Amino acid sequence: MKILATYNIKGGVGKTSTAVNLSYLAAQDGLRVLLWDLDPQAAASYLFRIRPRVKGGGKALIKGSREIDDSIKGTDFADLDLLPADFTYRNLDLVLGATKKPTRRIARLLAPLSDQYDVIFLDCPPGISLLSESVLQAADSLLVPLIPTILSLRTLDQLTDFISSSDGQRPQVLAFFSMIDQRKTLHREIAERLPAERGDVAAASIPALSQIERMSVERAPVAAFAPHSRAAQSYQALWAEVRDRTL
Amino acid sequence: MQPFSSDVLLAADGPGQPGEEDVAAALAPRFALGAAGRARTVRRTWLDTFDWRLHRAGLTLEYVTGPRPAELVLATAAGNLVSQPAGRMSWPALVQDLPPGPVTAAVRPVAGIRALLPAARATSAVQDLRVLNPDTKTIAWIRADRTTVNHPAPARLPARFQVTAVRGYQPQAQRVSELLCAAAGLNGHPDRPLDAALAAAGQRAEAYSNKISVQLSPGMPARAALQAVLLQLLDTLEANVPGTIRDIDTEFLHDLRVSVRRTRSALKLAGEVLPARLPARFRPEFKWLGDLTTPTRDLDVYLLNYGDMAEALVSATPAELEPFHVHLARRRVLEQRALARGLRSAHFSQLAREWRGALTGLTVPRTGERAADLATRRLRRAHRRVLREGRVISAGSPAEQLHDLRKRCKELRYLLEIFASLFDPQAYQRTLKDLKGLQDCLGEFQDRQVQQQELREFAAQMMADRALSADPVPVTALLAMGELAGGIGRAQQQARDEFAERFGEFASPASNRRFLDLTESTGQSGGRGEPGGGRPGGGGE
Repeated sequence: MKILATYNIKGGVGKTSTAVNLSYLAAQDGLRVLLWDLDPQAAASYLFRIRPRVKGGGKALIKGSREIDDSIKGTDFADLDLLPADFTYRNLDLVLGATKKPTRRIARLLAPLSDQYDVIFLDCPPGISLLSESVLQAADSLLVPLIPTILSLRTLDQLTDFISSSDGQRPQVLAFFSMIDQRKTLHREIAERLPAERGDVAAASIPALSQIERMSVERAPVAAFAPHSRAAQSYQALWAEVRDRTL
Repeated sequence: MQPFSSDVLLAADGPGQPGEEDVAAALAPRFALGAAGRARTVRRTWLDTFDWRLHRAGLTLEYVTGPRPAELVLATAAGNLVSQPAGRMSWPALVQDLPPGPVTAAVRPVAGIRALLPAARATSAVQDLRVLNPDTKTIAWIRADRTTVNHPAPARLPARFQVTAVRGYQPQAQRVSELLCAAAGLNGHPDRPLDAALAAAGQRAEAYSNKISVQLSPGMPARAALQAVLLQLLDTLEANVPGTIRDIDTEFLHDLRVSVRRTRSALKLAGEVLPARLPARFRPEFKWLGDLTTPTRDLDVYLLNYGDMAEALVSATPAELEPFHVHLARRRVLEQRALARGLRSAHFSQLAREWRGALTGLTVPRTGERAADLATRRLRRAHRRVLREGRVISAGSPAEQLHDLRKRCKELRYLLEIFASLFDPQAYQRTLKDLKGLQDCLGEFQDRQVQQQELREFAAQMMADRALSADPVPVTALLAMGELAGGIGRAQQQARDEFAERFGEFASPASNRRFLDLTESTGQSGGRGEPGGGRPGGGGE
């Protein structure tokens, strides 16, 4: 079982769209996939039409007083399940803080699922917190969406430094450009140059496309409602590269 | 969507076939149906052994072909479904010829060496319907299955609906099932589809058994009892003829032979209650039939045990023994042909026809011996003979003496089986168990004796067959057969060593007491048969 987390310190960079689309494509590839929507905003749960509610809330889940198995919901797609968000996830840091070895908690919770799933995607809220530290410890790879600006690159460096300075397991970092605006020269330049220069930036990238925004209307992954669209093809290319480099 | 183990199976109550609109109406307003995919047509073949081993074990096995890859689907008694890809199969087939998988693994110990035969065939229109909640999220699937039986007789089965919850939505799926039962006229206790398919043809599963199942009553005339048993034995014999001729599996011949032996024993031991011309005419006929089947069966026994024998070799290797295997397989082809010829012959069909005619034409005298009295008298005599012949056997007795005792034991066993329905079932089982221990020991001894003789004959045949060929029998093969002979000899000696103990158990006062209890139970109401029915105050003849 591999654990892939979509993560960025910044918000609004396409983490949830990536998690939803890549988990869908992984399941289409025949892998057994679970997506855990860790963000209390519950966008991934919304996109799969699943109500953002976990019995006992995040506390029961993190403390292990309720089986993680019982909270998992099947999506409308074969081999793809979701562990929904819950509004109480906003307090996960506090709950984690009250446990022993909080940064290893997520890894320990997910370990028993290894016979059920081949891949688990973690859709993380933005920011650096105890939760993100626990995710970094659990994940085999971090998928980091970047908007092609200089500031985003600084954030990637900050993240890489943070990981290299942390104890325990260090996930592989794979960044990729997201929400590329083809009309902006800077976007185009950075998105073309960086993958050649840096090994931790994927060649595949995701343009800013209206089909991706339509996901919130269709409430489904792009490849499910517009399988031949450019958006779907972009996610296909990204998934192919992620699969080759991380699984 | 993860598979959910406790699917709910519903079926239409009557011949009406609820459609998609009926299902949608039953679920509204709480749930809606998503856009339905096109129905696909699948062909189903229900499979079981000739003696319904799967059905008796509560299993239903289907071979499903259609637009998707062919698969084998097994339903357990608890309603759980297991499936595996099957590729193109033709039936009948032995379990050992099925592709490996969870279905094969579950079926193998139940079916054993028996072939899987088509019990019924049908064509189904299958449609998967999505059940949506108010968020238009799929919370369950309904698989609608409309089946038309083609074989054994055309019939339309009530529509079936399998409700499968999407993971995490079990309570909602349960509600879906309840709504369908309440509003669409479905019920939650459907018959097994195979049973429904057979019922439509006026048939039923488990109709065949190689056990004597005629219900006798203690007071019925002995001749009527024997007539009923012999007719059932003839039915069983004839039921196994096509499978034996087609050589579907070894157990058709086995069951056929058992029917012949039981018939011969009944004629020998109780033939006196029949008109004298019947045993005189038919005993030689059934001996002919028995002899016809012996060579193939002996080879079957060899071939069924071959794997174990080859594995038990110490000095030689299984590969060195292989020429012997090839010889056995070739001989069997020849013997099977001769057997099939015999069973297709005018001689056999005349025998079967005339025997049935003779039995159905029997007149049953109103006076005469009662079934219970015949059973008691004959059983006691057979029991006494076993004891008498067994007591004089010592470590040095010739093999023929043990062989004769084995025949006496078989006669006793067949008498017990023929009259089984007259006895108290528990007393019957206890006596059978006492006898079985002794029979197993004698059977082992005698089978090994025969195998020793046959092995020498086979070796001579192999040498003779290849005497003129450029490819003589390898010396290593003969050496391996020599080792086999040594092993068989040791097993035979072991059986002889065990004889005294086995016979001691059978002849013990406790075992004798159980036998007496059994024979005394025949005329009483404790038996499985209807009490009375004979002459007033019956018995005492």
